[in-house]
Amino acid sequence: MTLDVAWAIDWVRRAAAAVVEHREELVELDRQIGDGDHGENLTRGFTAVVAKLDALPEPPALVGDVLRLVATTLMSTVGGASGPLYGTAFLRAAKVTGLPALGPDGVVALLEAGLEGIVARGKAVPGEKTMVDAWAPAVAAAVQAAEEGAPASEVLGSAARAAHDGAQATIPLVATKGRASYLGERSAGHLDPGARSSDLLLAAAALAAGAQL
Amino acid sequence: MKKLINDPQDVVAESLEGFALVHADLVRLHADPTFVTRASGPVEGKVGLVSGGGSGHEPLHAGFVGLGMLDAAVPGAVFTSPTPDQIAPAVAAVDGGAGVLTIVKNYTGDVLNFETAAELAEAEGTTVRQVLVNDDVAVEDSLYTAGRRGVAGTLAVEKIAGAAAERGDDLDAVAAVAERVIANVRTMGVALTACTVPHVGRPSFDLGDDEVEIGIGIHGEPGRHRVGLEGADAITEHLLTPVADDLGLTSGEKVLLLVNGMGGTPLSELYVVYGRARALLGERGVEVTRSLVGSYVTSLEMQGASVTVLRLDDETTALWDAPVHTAALRW
Repeated sequence: MTLDVAWAIDWVRRAAAAVVEHREELVELDRQIGDGDHGENLTRGFTAVVAKLDALPEPPALVGDVLRLVATTLMSTVGGASGPLYGTAFLRAAKVTGLPALGPDGVVALLEAGLEGIVARGKAVPGEKTMVDAWAPAVAAAVQAAEEGAPASEVLGSAARAAHDGAQATIPLVATKGRASYLGERSAGHLDPGARSSDLLLAAAALAAGAQL
Repeated sequence: MKKLINDPQDVVAESLEGFALVHADLVRLHADPTFVTRASGPVEGKVGLVSGGGSGHEPLHAGFVGLGMLDAAVPGAVFTSPTPDQIAPAVAAVDGGAGVLTIVKNYTGDVLNFETAAELAEAEGTTVRQVLVNDDVAVEDSLYTAGRRGVAGTLAVEKIAGAAAERGDDLDAVAAVAERVIANVRTMGVALTACTVPHVGRPSFDLGDDEVEIGIGIHGEPGRHRVGLEGADAITEHLLTPVADDLGLTSGEKVLLLVNGMGGTPLSELYVVYGRARALLGERGVEVTRSLVGSYVTSLEMQGASVTVLRLDDETTALWDAPVHTAALRW
Protein backbone atom coordinates (compact mmCIF):
# COMPACT_ATOMS: atom_id res chain seq x y z
CA MET A 1 0.00 0.00 0.00
CA THR A 2 1.24 3.48 -0.83
CA LEU A 3 1.65 5.71 2.18
CA ASP A 4 0.41 8.86 0.48
CA VAL A 5 -1.72 11.83 1.48
CA ALA A 6 -4.86 9.69 1.50
CA TRP A 7 -3.10 7.37 3.96
CA ALA A 8 -2.10 10.30 6.16
CA ILE A 9 -5.67 11.58 6.22
CA ASP A 10 -6.98 8.09 6.97
CA TRP A 11 -4.41 7.82 9.78
CA VAL A 12 -5.60 11.04 11.34
CA ARG A 13 -9.26 10.05 11.12
CA ARG A 14 -8.54 6.62 12.62
CA ALA A 15 -6.44 8.24 15.35
CA ALA A 16 -9.31 10.59 16.19
CA ALA A 17 -11.76 7.68 16.28
CA ALA A 18 -9.42 5.68 18.52
CA VAL A 19 -8.97 8.58 20.92
CA VAL A 20 -12.73 9.07 21.16
CA GLU A 21 -13.32 5.33 21.57
CA HIS A 22 -10.68 5.11 24.31
CA ARG A 23 -11.48 8.44 25.96
CA GLU A 24 -12.77 6.83 29.16
CA GLU A 25 -9.84 4.44 29.35
CA LEU A 26 -7.33 7.29 28.99
CA VAL A 27 -9.18 9.37 31.56
CA GLU A 28 -9.14 6.45 33.99
CA LEU A 29 -5.44 5.71 33.42
CA ASP A 30 -4.64 9.37 34.00
CA ARG A 31 -6.95 9.56 37.00
CA GLN A 32 -4.92 6.80 38.66
CA ILE A 33 -1.52 8.47 38.37
CA GLY A 34 -2.14 11.93 36.98
CA ASP A 35 -5.01 14.39 37.00
CA GLY A 36 -7.51 12.58 34.80
CA ASP A 37 -7.65 14.87 31.79
CA HIS A 38 -5.63 13.01 29.14
CA GLY A 39 -8.60 11.39 27.37
CA GLU A 40 -10.59 14.60 27.45
CA ASN A 41 -7.73 16.76 26.17
CA LEU A 42 -6.90 14.44 23.26
CA THR A 43 -10.57 14.10 22.36
CA ARG A 44 -10.84 17.88 22.20
CA GLY A 45 -7.69 18.11 20.07
CA PHE A 46 -8.41 15.35 17.57
CA THR A 47 -12.03 16.40 17.20
CA ALA A 48 -10.68 19.81 16.17
CA VAL A 49 -8.22 18.17 13.77
CA VAL A 50 -11.01 16.25 12.03
CA ALA A 51 -13.09 19.43 11.80
CA LYS A 52 -10.18 21.18 10.09
CA LEU A 53 -9.66 18.28 7.69
CA ASP A 54 -13.36 18.33 6.83
CA ALA A 55 -13.16 22.04 6.12
CA LEU A 56 -10.30 21.74 3.62
CA PRO A 57 -11.44 22.63 0.08
CA GLU A 58 -9.14 19.94 -1.33
CA PRO A 59 -6.62 17.46 0.10
CA PRO A 60 -3.09 18.79 0.70
CA ALA A 61 -0.38 17.81 -1.78
CA LEU A 62 2.14 16.37 0.67
CA VAL A 63 2.08 14.00 3.63
CA GLY A 64 3.86 16.65 5.69
CA ASP A 65 1.05 19.14 5.03
CA VAL A 66 -1.41 16.83 6.77
CA LEU A 67 0.94 16.31 9.71
CA ARG A 68 1.53 20.06 10.04
CA LEU A 69 -2.21 20.65 10.25
CA VAL A 70 -2.37 18.04 13.02
CA ALA A 71 0.56 19.69 14.82
CA THR A 72 -0.79 23.22 14.86
CA THR A 73 -4.29 22.12 15.79
CA LEU A 74 -3.13 19.94 18.69
CA MET A 75 -0.87 22.72 19.98
CA SER A 76 -3.71 25.22 19.99
CA THR A 77 -6.45 23.02 21.42
CA VAL A 78 -5.03 20.35 23.72
CA GLY A 79 -3.10 22.21 26.42
CA GLY A 80 -1.59 20.24 29.27
CA ALA A 81 1.65 18.46 28.60
CA SER A 82 0.34 16.31 25.77
CA GLY A 83 -0.53 19.30 23.55
CA PRO A 84 3.04 20.59 23.22
CA LEU A 85 4.49 17.06 23.18
CA TYR A 86 2.29 15.65 20.41
CA GLY A 87 2.24 19.02 18.67
CA THR A 88 6.02 19.10 18.49
CA ALA A 89 6.15 15.43 17.45
CA PHE A 90 3.85 16.04 14.48
CA LEU A 91 5.59 19.32 13.62
CA ARG A 92 9.01 17.64 13.46
CA ALA A 93 7.50 14.71 11.54
CA ALA A 94 5.94 17.15 9.07
CA LYS A 95 9.34 18.67 8.34
CA VAL A 96 10.79 15.38 7.11
CA THR A 97 7.72 14.19 5.20
CA GLY A 98 7.32 16.96 2.64
CA LEU A 99 6.65 14.28 0.03
CA PRO A 100 3.67 12.97 -1.91
CA ALA A 101 4.23 9.51 -0.44
CA LEU A 102 6.52 7.68 1.99
CA GLY A 103 8.67 4.59 1.44
CA PRO A 104 10.20 2.50 4.24
CA ASP A 105 12.89 5.13 4.89
CA GLY A 106 10.25 7.86 4.94
CA VAL A 107 8.34 6.01 7.67
CA VAL A 108 11.54 5.68 9.70
CA ALA A 109 12.27 9.39 9.22
CA LEU A 110 8.73 10.31 10.33
CA LEU A 111 8.95 8.23 13.51
CA GLU A 112 12.49 9.38 14.35
CA ALA A 113 11.49 13.02 13.95
CA GLY A 114 8.40 12.48 16.10
CA LEU A 115 10.45 10.93 18.88
CA GLU A 116 13.02 13.71 18.65
CA GLY A 117 10.26 16.28 19.03
CA ILE A 118 8.86 14.60 22.14
CA VAL A 119 12.31 14.31 23.68
CA ALA A 120 13.18 17.92 22.81
CA ARG A 121 10.08 19.24 24.60
CA GLY A 122 9.71 16.77 27.44
CA LYS A 123 13.37 15.96 28.15
CA ALA A 124 12.39 12.37 29.01
CA VAL A 125 14.51 9.32 28.32
CA PRO A 126 13.33 5.69 28.09
CA GLY A 127 12.39 4.11 31.40
CA GLU A 128 10.82 7.20 32.97
CA LYS A 129 7.25 6.01 32.38
CA THR A 130 6.28 8.45 29.64
CA MET A 131 5.21 8.37 25.99
CA VAL A 132 8.91 7.99 25.11
CA ASP A 133 8.59 4.40 26.34
CA ALA A 134 6.22 3.72 23.45
CA TRP A 135 7.99 5.85 20.81
CA ALA A 136 11.58 4.73 21.41
CA PRO A 137 10.91 1.01 20.82
CA ALA A 138 8.68 1.94 17.86
CA VAL A 139 11.58 3.77 16.22
CA ALA A 140 13.98 0.91 16.94
CA ALA A 141 11.57 -1.62 15.44
CA ALA A 142 10.98 0.55 12.37
CA VAL A 143 14.72 0.93 11.77
CA GLN A 144 15.22 -2.82 12.00
CA ALA A 145 12.28 -3.63 9.72
CA ALA A 146 13.47 -1.13 7.11
CA GLU A 147 17.00 -2.57 7.22
CA GLU A 148 15.54 -6.03 6.66
CA GLY A 149 13.82 -4.75 3.54
CA ALA A 150 10.23 -4.66 4.78
CA PRO A 151 7.73 -2.56 2.80
CA ALA A 152 6.61 0.77 4.28
CA SER A 153 3.34 -0.61 5.64
CA GLU A 154 5.16 -3.39 7.47
CA VAL A 155 7.77 -0.95 8.83
CA LEU A 156 4.83 0.92 10.36
CA GLY A 157 3.26 -2.34 11.57
CA SER A 158 6.48 -3.30 13.35
CA ALA A 159 6.64 0.14 14.93
CA ALA A 160 3.04 -0.04 16.14
CA ARG A 161 3.50 -3.50 17.70
CA ALA A 162 6.65 -2.30 19.46
CA ALA A 163 4.83 0.81 20.69
CA HIS A 164 2.10 -1.39 22.14
CA ASP A 165 4.60 -3.61 23.93
CA GLY A 166 6.56 -0.58 25.09
CA ALA A 167 3.42 1.01 26.53
CA GLN A 168 2.49 -2.16 28.39
CA ALA A 169 6.04 -2.34 29.73
CA THR A 170 5.50 0.98 31.53
CA ILE A 171 3.18 -0.73 34.03
CA PRO A 172 5.84 -1.76 36.58
CA LEU A 173 7.91 1.41 36.13
CA VAL A 174 8.22 4.18 38.70
CA ALA A 175 7.58 7.53 37.02
CA THR A 176 10.31 10.15 37.20
CA LYS A 177 8.93 12.63 34.66
CA GLY A 178 5.57 14.29 34.31
CA ARG A 179 2.65 14.43 36.69
CA ALA A 180 2.92 10.79 37.79
CA SER A 181 6.40 11.44 39.16
CA TYR A 182 4.82 13.10 42.21
CA LEU A 183 3.50 9.69 43.23
CA GLY A 184 6.98 8.20 43.42
CA GLU A 185 6.81 4.45 44.13
CA ARG A 186 3.04 4.55 44.09
CA SER A 187 3.10 5.16 40.32
CA ALA A 188 4.27 1.56 39.79
CA GLY A 189 1.55 -0.86 38.72
CA HIS A 190 -0.20 1.58 36.39
CA LEU A 191 -0.07 1.87 32.60
CA ASP A 192 1.22 5.31 31.59
CA PRO A 193 -1.59 7.23 29.85
CA GLY A 194 0.78 9.02 27.45
CA ALA A 195 2.41 5.75 26.41
CA ARG A 196 -1.06 4.25 25.92
CA SER A 197 -2.25 7.12 23.71
CA SER A 198 0.99 6.89 21.70
CA ASP A 199 0.25 3.20 21.22
CA LEU A 200 -3.23 4.12 19.93
CA LEU A 201 -1.90 6.77 17.53
CA LEU A 202 0.75 4.51 16.01
CA ALA A 203 -1.71 1.61 15.75
CA ALA A 204 -4.02 3.93 13.80
CA ALA A 205 -1.15 4.77 11.44
CA ALA A 206 -0.40 1.09 10.86
CA LEU A 207 -4.04 0.09 10.39
CA ALA A 208 -4.47 2.90 7.87
CA ALA A 209 -1.51 1.40 6.00
CA GLY A 210 -3.17 -2.01 5.99
CA ALA A 211 -0.69 -3.62 8.40
CA GLN A 212 -1.67 -6.52 10.63
CA LEU A 213 -1.34 -5.80 14.35
CA MET B 1 -21.90 14.47 40.18
CA LYS B 2 -23.93 17.39 41.53
CA LYS B 3 -22.75 20.71 40.17
CA LEU B 4 -24.27 24.05 39.22
CA ILE B 5 -23.27 23.74 35.61
CA ASN B 6 -24.86 23.35 32.21
CA ASP B 7 -22.70 21.43 29.73
CA PRO B 8 -19.31 20.46 31.24
CA GLN B 9 -17.69 21.74 28.04
CA ASP B 10 -19.03 25.25 28.71
CA VAL B 11 -18.13 25.64 32.40
CA VAL B 12 -14.95 27.68 31.90
CA ALA B 13 -16.38 29.99 29.24
CA GLU B 14 -19.64 30.63 31.12
CA SER B 15 -17.81 31.17 34.39
CA LEU B 16 -15.44 33.69 32.79
CA GLU B 17 -18.34 35.55 31.19
CA GLY B 18 -19.98 35.94 34.59
CA PHE B 19 -16.70 36.96 36.19
CA ALA B 20 -16.11 39.64 33.55
CA LEU B 21 -19.62 41.01 34.03
CA VAL B 22 -19.21 41.25 37.80
CA HIS B 23 -15.83 42.95 37.54
CA ALA B 24 -16.27 45.05 34.41
CA ASP B 25 -14.53 47.94 36.18
CA LEU B 26 -11.37 45.83 36.66
CA VAL B 27 -11.03 43.39 33.80
CA ARG B 28 -11.67 42.76 30.13
CA LEU B 29 -12.41 39.28 28.84
CA HIS B 30 -10.82 38.50 25.49
CA ALA B 31 -12.49 35.73 23.51
CA ASP B 32 -10.91 33.45 20.92
CA PRO B 33 -8.29 33.05 22.24
CA THR B 34 -9.42 33.30 25.83
CA PHE B 35 -7.60 35.55 28.29
CA VAL B 36 -8.37 38.24 30.84
CA THR B 37 -6.59 41.61 30.96
CA ARG B 38 -6.70 44.66 33.18
CA ALA B 39 -9.37 47.09 32.05
CA SER B 40 -6.83 49.90 32.48
CA GLY B 41 -3.98 48.26 30.54
CA PRO B 42 -1.52 48.07 29.04
CA VAL B 43 0.25 50.67 31.16
CA GLU B 44 2.89 52.56 29.17
CA GLY B 45 6.39 51.88 30.48
CA LYS B 46 5.24 49.35 33.11
CA VAL B 47 6.44 45.76 33.11
CA GLY B 48 3.50 43.51 32.25
CA LEU B 49 2.76 40.55 34.49
CA VAL B 50 1.06 37.48 33.03
CA SER B 51 0.15 34.29 34.76
CA GLY B 52 -2.19 31.45 34.01
CA GLY B 53 -2.88 27.79 34.24
CA GLY B 54 -5.71 25.35 34.39
CA SER B 55 -9.12 26.58 35.50
CA GLY B 56 -10.67 25.21 38.67
CA HIS B 57 -8.38 27.12 41.04
CA GLU B 58 -10.46 30.29 41.29
CA PRO B 59 -9.88 33.03 42.23
CA LEU B 60 -6.36 32.17 40.90
CA HIS B 61 -5.45 33.70 38.42
CA ALA B 62 -8.14 35.93 36.89
CA GLY B 63 -9.17 37.07 40.35
CA PHE B 64 -5.73 38.62 40.76
CA VAL B 65 -5.84 40.77 37.63
CA GLY B 66 -5.85 44.47 38.44
CA LEU B 67 -3.90 47.30 40.02
CA GLY B 68 -0.78 46.12 41.84
CA MET B 69 -0.93 42.52 40.70
CA LEU B 70 -1.43 40.83 37.30
CA ASP B 71 -1.93 42.51 33.93
CA ALA B 72 -3.32 39.35 32.36
CA ALA B 73 -4.44 35.87 33.31
CA VAL B 74 -4.69 33.01 30.84
CA PRO B 75 -7.13 30.27 31.87
CA GLY B 76 -6.95 26.81 30.37
CA ALA B 77 -9.58 24.10 30.50
CA VAL B 78 -10.28 22.72 33.98
CA PHE B 79 -6.97 21.52 35.46
CA THR B 80 -5.31 21.83 32.03
CA SER B 81 -2.77 24.47 31.12
CA PRO B 82 -3.68 27.07 28.51
CA THR B 83 -2.23 26.72 25.01
CA PRO B 84 0.56 28.82 23.45
CA ASP B 85 -1.86 30.49 21.05
CA GLN B 86 -3.74 31.83 24.11
CA ILE B 87 -0.70 32.84 26.12
CA ALA B 88 1.30 34.62 23.40
CA PRO B 89 -1.47 37.14 22.50
CA ALA B 90 -2.07 37.79 26.21
CA VAL B 91 1.62 38.59 26.61
CA ALA B 92 1.54 40.90 23.59
CA ALA B 93 -1.63 42.60 24.86
CA VAL B 94 -0.03 43.73 28.13
CA ASP B 95 3.35 44.79 26.77
CA GLY B 96 3.66 48.45 27.68
CA GLY B 97 7.12 48.63 26.15
CA ALA B 98 9.00 47.50 29.27
CA GLY B 99 8.70 43.78 28.64
CA VAL B 100 6.60 41.08 30.23
CA LEU B 101 7.21 38.71 33.13
CA THR B 102 5.35 35.41 33.01
CA ILE B 103 4.75 33.69 36.35
CA VAL B 104 4.44 29.96 35.77
CA LYS B 105 3.65 27.23 38.25
CA ASN B 106 5.99 24.28 37.91
CA TYR B 107 3.71 21.72 36.31
CA THR B 108 4.94 20.02 33.16
CA GLY B 109 2.03 21.21 31.01
CA ASP B 110 2.22 24.80 32.19
CA VAL B 111 5.97 24.95 31.67
CA LEU B 112 5.84 23.50 28.14
CA ASN B 113 3.01 25.76 26.98
CA PHE B 114 4.41 28.95 28.54
CA GLU B 115 7.88 28.23 27.12
CA THR B 116 6.45 27.76 23.64
CA ALA B 117 4.37 30.93 24.03
CA ALA B 118 7.40 32.94 25.16
CA GLU B 119 9.20 31.90 21.97
CA LEU B 120 6.22 33.02 19.89
CA ALA B 121 5.91 36.37 21.72
CA GLU B 122 9.64 37.07 21.46
CA ALA B 123 9.48 36.36 17.73
CA GLU B 124 6.83 39.10 17.58
CA GLY B 125 9.11 41.56 19.37
CA THR B 126 8.07 41.37 23.03
CA THR B 127 10.80 40.83 25.63
CA VAL B 128 9.70 38.01 27.91
CA ARG B 129 11.18 36.80 31.18
CA GLN B 130 9.79 33.79 32.96
CA VAL B 131 9.86 32.69 36.59
CA LEU B 132 8.88 29.23 37.82
CA VAL B 133 7.08 28.95 41.13
CA ASN B 134 7.99 25.72 42.93
CA ASP B 135 6.94 26.16 46.54
CA ASP B 136 5.50 22.70 47.24
CA VAL B 137 7.76 20.95 49.76
CA ALA B 138 5.79 17.70 49.35
CA VAL B 139 7.98 16.87 46.38
CA GLU B 140 11.08 15.81 48.20
CA ASP B 141 13.53 14.77 45.55
CA SER B 142 13.50 16.93 42.47
CA LEU B 143 16.28 14.89 40.87
CA TYR B 144 13.84 12.08 40.25
CA THR B 145 10.63 13.99 39.64
CA ALA B 146 9.46 16.86 37.49
CA GLY B 147 10.50 19.07 40.42
CA ARG B 148 8.51 20.82 43.07
CA ARG B 149 5.10 22.03 42.01
CA GLY B 150 3.93 25.61 42.13
CA VAL B 151 0.98 25.92 44.47
CA ALA B 152 -0.45 28.58 46.82
CA GLY B 153 2.86 30.43 47.15
CA THR B 154 2.09 31.66 43.62
CA LEU B 155 -0.24 34.24 45.18
CA ALA B 156 2.66 35.80 47.11
CA VAL B 157 4.85 35.87 44.00
CA GLU B 158 2.12 37.56 41.97
CA LYS B 159 1.31 40.10 44.70
CA ILE B 160 4.87 41.14 45.46
CA ALA B 161 6.14 41.13 41.87
CA GLY B 162 2.95 42.97 40.90
CA ALA B 163 3.69 45.72 43.42
CA ALA B 164 7.26 45.99 42.14
CA ALA B 165 6.01 46.38 38.58
CA GLU B 166 3.40 48.90 39.65
CA ARG B 167 6.01 51.14 41.33
CA GLY B 168 8.01 51.17 38.09
CA ASP B 169 10.75 48.58 38.54
CA ASP B 170 12.27 47.40 35.27
CA LEU B 171 11.93 43.83 33.97
CA ASP B 172 15.16 42.57 35.52
CA ALA B 173 14.24 44.04 38.89
CA VAL B 174 10.69 42.64 38.85
CA ALA B 175 12.04 39.21 37.87
CA ALA B 176 14.64 39.45 40.64
CA VAL B 177 12.09 40.21 43.34
CA ALA B 178 9.86 37.40 42.03
CA GLU B 179 12.83 35.01 42.27
CA ARG B 180 13.53 36.23 45.80
CA VAL B 181 9.96 35.44 46.84
CA ILE B 182 10.17 32.04 45.16
CA ALA B 183 13.39 31.28 47.04
CA ASN B 184 11.73 32.14 50.34
CA VAL B 185 8.24 30.65 50.05
CA ARG B 186 7.17 27.09 50.85
CA THR B 187 3.83 25.31 50.96
CA MET B 188 2.35 21.97 51.97
CA GLY B 189 -1.23 20.89 51.41
CA VAL B 190 -3.69 18.28 52.62
CA ALA B 191 -6.82 16.81 51.04
CA LEU B 192 -9.66 15.45 53.12
CA THR B 193 -11.72 14.61 50.03
CA ALA B 194 -11.14 14.49 46.28
CA CYS B 195 -12.80 16.88 43.90
CA THR B 196 -14.75 16.09 40.73
CA VAL B 197 -13.64 17.57 37.41
CA PRO B 198 -16.85 18.40 35.51
CA HIS B 199 -15.99 16.58 32.28
CA VAL B 200 -14.69 13.52 34.16
CA GLY B 201 -17.76 13.27 36.33
CA ARG B 202 -16.28 11.30 39.20
CA PRO B 203 -13.80 12.02 41.99
CA SER B 204 -10.21 12.65 40.90
CA PHE B 205 -8.85 10.10 43.35
CA ASP B 206 -10.14 7.59 45.84
CA LEU B 207 -9.76 8.49 49.49
CA GLY B 208 -11.28 6.55 52.37
CA ASP B 209 -13.64 8.22 54.84
CA ASP B 210 -11.02 7.93 57.55
CA GLU B 211 -8.00 8.91 55.42
CA VAL B 212 -6.37 12.19 54.49
CA GLU B 213 -3.82 12.73 51.75
CA ILE B 214 -0.80 14.75 52.84
CA GLY B 215 1.24 16.62 50.26
CA ILE B 216 -1.31 17.18 47.52
CA GLY B 217 -0.84 19.50 44.59
CA ILE B 218 -3.63 21.79 43.45
CA HIS B 219 -5.09 19.58 40.75
CA GLY B 220 -6.57 17.00 43.06
CA GLU B 221 -3.72 14.71 42.16
CA PRO B 222 -2.67 12.39 44.96
CA GLY B 223 0.05 13.46 47.31
CA ARG B 224 2.95 11.61 48.84
CA HIS B 225 1.34 9.63 51.58
CA ARG B 226 -1.88 8.94 53.40
CA VAL B 227 -2.50 9.05 57.08
CA GLY B 228 -5.56 8.35 59.16
CA LEU B 229 -7.89 11.22 59.92
CA GLU B 230 -6.55 13.14 62.90
CA GLY B 231 -7.45 16.38 64.64
CA ALA B 232 -6.69 19.74 63.02
CA ASP B 233 -3.70 20.34 65.28
CA ALA B 234 -1.97 17.13 64.21
CA ILE B 235 -2.71 17.70 60.52
CA THR B 236 -1.47 21.29 60.76
CA GLU B 237 1.76 20.01 62.27
CA HIS B 238 2.17 17.61 59.30
CA LEU B 239 1.91 20.66 57.03
CA LEU B 240 3.83 23.33 58.90
CA THR B 241 6.81 21.31 60.11
CA PRO B 242 8.22 20.38 56.67
CA VAL B 243 7.55 23.93 55.45
CA ALA B 244 9.42 25.54 58.34
CA ASP B 245 12.21 22.96 58.22
CA ASP B 246 12.70 23.36 54.49
CA LEU B 247 12.86 27.15 54.80
CA GLY B 248 15.38 26.75 57.59
CA LEU B 249 13.52 29.29 59.71
CA THR B 250 15.39 30.47 62.76
CA SER B 251 14.40 32.40 65.85
CA GLY B 252 13.80 36.10 65.24
CA GLU B 253 12.75 35.81 61.60
CA LYS B 254 9.58 37.44 60.29
CA VAL B 255 7.14 35.65 57.99
CA LEU B 256 3.89 35.87 56.10
CA LEU B 257 1.55 33.00 57.01
CA LEU B 258 -1.03 32.06 54.38
CA VAL B 259 -3.62 29.40 55.15
CA ASN B 260 -5.37 28.56 51.90
CA GLY B 261 -8.61 26.61 51.51
CA MET B 262 -8.91 24.11 48.67
CA GLY B 263 -12.50 25.10 47.91
CA GLY B 264 -14.63 22.90 50.15
CA THR B 265 -13.36 23.80 53.59
CA PRO B 266 -15.12 26.50 55.61
CA LEU B 267 -13.27 29.57 56.82
CA SER B 268 -13.89 28.50 60.42
CA GLU B 269 -11.70 25.42 59.90
CA LEU B 270 -9.03 27.47 58.12
CA TYR B 271 -8.86 29.71 61.20
CA VAL B 272 -8.34 26.62 63.38
CA VAL B 273 -5.40 25.63 61.16
CA TYR B 274 -4.07 29.20 61.20
CA GLY B 275 -4.11 29.31 64.99
CA ARG B 276 -2.14 26.10 65.34
CA ALA B 277 0.32 27.03 62.56
CA ARG B 278 0.99 30.38 64.20
CA ALA B 279 1.56 28.74 67.57
CA LEU B 280 4.00 26.26 66.01
CA LEU B 281 5.92 29.11 64.38
CA GLY B 282 5.93 30.91 67.71
CA GLU B 283 7.52 27.89 69.36
CA ARG B 284 10.38 28.31 66.91
CA GLY B 285 10.69 31.99 67.77
CA VAL B 286 9.38 32.99 64.34
CA GLU B 287 7.18 36.07 64.22
CA VAL B 288 4.14 36.17 61.94
CA THR B 289 3.98 39.78 60.78
CA ARG B 290 1.59 39.36 57.84
CA SER B 291 -1.31 36.93 57.42
CA LEU B 292 -3.86 35.86 54.87
CA VAL B 293 -6.57 33.24 55.38
CA GLY B 294 -9.10 32.22 52.75
CA SER B 295 -9.72 30.13 49.66
CA TYR B 296 -7.45 31.66 47.04
CA VAL B 297 -5.82 28.76 45.21
CA THR B 298 -8.51 26.12 45.16
CA SER B 299 -9.16 22.72 43.62
CA LEU B 300 -12.83 22.98 42.73
CA GLU B 301 -14.85 21.69 45.71
CA MET B 302 -12.06 19.69 47.32
CA GLN B 303 -11.97 19.73 51.11
CA GLY B 304 -8.54 20.54 52.39
CA ALA B 305 -6.07 23.30 53.02
CA SER B 306 -2.51 24.34 52.45
CA VAL B 307 -0.11 26.20 54.70
CA THR B 308 2.29 28.64 53.06
CA VAL B 309 5.10 30.47 54.81
CA LEU B 310 7.05 33.30 53.17
CA ARG B 311 10.19 34.63 54.82
CA LEU B 312 9.85 38.42 54.70
CA ASP B 313 12.39 41.21 54.54
CA ASP B 314 11.68 44.94 54.71
CA GLU B 315 11.26 45.33 50.96
CA THR B 316 9.01 42.31 50.40
CA THR B 317 6.92 43.39 53.40
CA ALA B 318 6.47 46.85 51.89
CA LEU B 319 5.58 45.36 48.50
CA TRP B 320 3.06 43.01 50.16
CA ASP B 321 1.50 46.03 51.88
CA ALA B 322 1.35 48.09 48.68
CA PRO B 323 -2.14 48.81 47.35
CA VAL B 324 -3.84 46.06 45.37
CA HIS B 325 -7.19 46.30 43.63
CA THR B 326 -8.32 43.03 42.08
CA ALA B 327 -11.46 40.95 42.27
CA ALA B 328 -10.12 38.66 44.97
CA LEU B 329 -7.47 40.68 46.77
CA ARG B 330 -7.94 44.31 47.70
CA TRP B 331 -6.34 46.69 50.18
